[in-house]
Amino acid sequence: MRGRAWRAFRRNRLALAGAGLVCAFSLLALLAPWIVPHDPSRGDLALRLRPPALAAGGEWRHALGTDNLGRDLLSRIIDGSRVSISLGLVVVVLCTLVGVTLGLVSGYVGSWVDTVIQRTVDVLLAFPYLILAIALMALFGPGFTNMVIALAFKEWTTTCRIVRSEVLALKGAAFVEAARASGARPTRILFRHLLPNVIPSAIVVATLRVGWVVLMEAALSFLGLGIQPPQASWGTIIADGRQYLYSARGWWISTFPGIAIFLFVLGMNLFGEGLRDALDPRLAEVSLPE
Amino acid sequence: MSGYVLRRLGQAIPVLLGVTFVVFLLMYLTPGDPVELFMGQAGIVSQEEIERVRREFGLDRPFVEQYGRFLGGIVRGDLGQSIIYRRPVAVLIGERLPATVELTLFASLIALLVAVPAGVVAAVRRNTWLDALGTTVSLLGVSLPGFWLGLVLILVFSVTLKVLPVAGRAAYGTGLERQTGFLLLDAMLQGNGPAIVDVLRHLVMPALALSAGMMAMTMRLTRSSLLETIHQDYVRTARAKGMPQRRVIVRHALRNALLPVVTAIALNVGALLGGNMVVETVFSWPGLGRLVVEAVESRDYPLIRGCVLVYAVTYVFLNLIADLSYALLDPRVGVGGGRK
Repeated sequence: MRGRAWRAFRRNRLALAGAGLVCAFSLLALLAPWIVPHDPSRGDLALRLRPPALAAGGEWRHALGTDNLGRDLLSRIIDGSRVSISLGLVVVVLCTLVGVTLGLVSGYVGSWVDTVIQRTVDVLLAFPYLILAIALMALFGPGFTNMVIALAFKEWTTTCRIVRSEVLALKGAAFVEAARASGARPTRILFRHLLPNVIPSAIVVATLRVGWVVLMEAALSFLGLGIQPPQASWGTIIADGRQYLYSARGWWISTFPGIAIFLFVLGMNLFGEGLRDALDPRLAEVSLPE
Repeated sequence: MSGYVLRRLGQAIPVLLGVTFVVFLLMYLTPGDPVELFMGQAGIVSQEEIERVRREFGLDRPFVEQYGRFLGGIVRGDLGQSIIYRRPVAVLIGERLPATVELTLFASLIALLVAVPAGVVAAVRRNTWLDALGTTVSLLGVSLPGFWLGLVLILVFSVTLKVLPVAGRAAYGTGLERQTGFLLLDAMLQGNGPAIVDVLRHLVMPALALSAGMMAMTMRLTRSSLLETIHQDYVRTARAKGMPQRRVIVRHALRNALLPVVTAIALNVGALLGGNMVVETVFSWPGLGRLVVEAVESRDYPLIRGCVLVYAVTYVFLNLIADLSYALLDPRVGVGGGRK
């Protein structure tokens, strides 16, 4: 069955392109300390606001130009990818673990446990994503860990709901009945019999959500509530360049990190949709923003 | 049907209570005493003075009692006092709300006007270059950060081409008088042509930046939903009796295909509402989103609390409308106990 999924995925050219984009960005992020052309945090004021190589007055030494403090923009974007991508991955992995566990328990155990978990999900779903994250960031203060908590606070609910509904559908299946009849304990049924069946959906949901979390991180950092300088993330670089946009003397500072976000998120979405079509075509659009 | 409506309304009440509890808890757990923050702005005050104000605000009372007072306040429309503005939070929100509603509705309108026809074309011309183009553009739409799109629009249309204003809701000097707070409506009521044009020129870029995601999603939904209905028996029957293609699509297929689209609108409007603080920041749009960001920047906790509450409650109601409209439009829902 896995062989069939892999063949279906391999035939999907858009999905392969997406996977390629994701791999390329991941490599850049992993190898950043060794491949950045300049020190991303050290600027030279004599070199401030140099245009990108292909624009008038640009040079290849600073392929994407320099920012208002004379720091090399390409190096900052590569360095920023570490924060943006790792944050997206950490949040999604964390939420997949929490969401799958709570979804399994909620669906299998039922009764008041199910009620408590599902009412919590309902309440969290009542908050617009960014508003909740902003309120939490105001409470915790900025920083990477706080941002993970703020973004994860609601994120797990998507996985939890989908896993729960799958468990409800599988609960009465013959193999579960058989396991129960042969005296398997609930934990064994949950983790040995039900878990393997919900993993494909959980992986698909996780892949489709990484891009969304990266977009939210960029928004929070752009508002000045996320990653703090001198550390760079894609969102903070866009915010740095905002005031230079209006003078048309530094349009590149905000433009290029936005393109980086866009390409990464696009790659992630293509990859995720390819995975969905190959692994679990029944799963409807879960890439909805909220 | 009415049973379903009542049941769905009944479900919304515990959710709303839960929302107020989370909002209250968020601010209850806030490090730092709000009174000290409040008094700190007024200069040096004695410990006794702080204690007196704490008693006055009821902050020395037990948790449950404070929550009860908070709920009572909400029912009376009292959301407390803003620390930075020194005015009632409810009044501040009321002043900013029309700007946000106007922007959100305009963005939704643009999204629908573009997305529904585009989705229909993509479905009818399935597997042609038109379909590929539509699908690709919509995929790009979901992957774009809206605020960045806003910045690029500013760069192109305001800075470089100088055809659209950079920020704000209206220019001075068009003689527009503010009545309802909805500037487009005001301009139309006053029959002020130049003001209508001016307000629209201010609206178009933030609305586009805000609507990109919704446009993409609505287009995909219209396409997939129409593709599903095209294969239904009644559509085949209509075709078999020789009805022209256009009429088959519009009269038979589209009417049913738009059902999920219509209900998704309410959800999407909620999503736009949740995303507007970044776009409002980019365009200095004086709406609710901008107010939240200002409140967070200056740690104005009562104001943050009020705004979050208003957002969440609006969101719950939009979800409710989505579910109810679904039940209203599709008689199959509600018979067996709700949406699948």
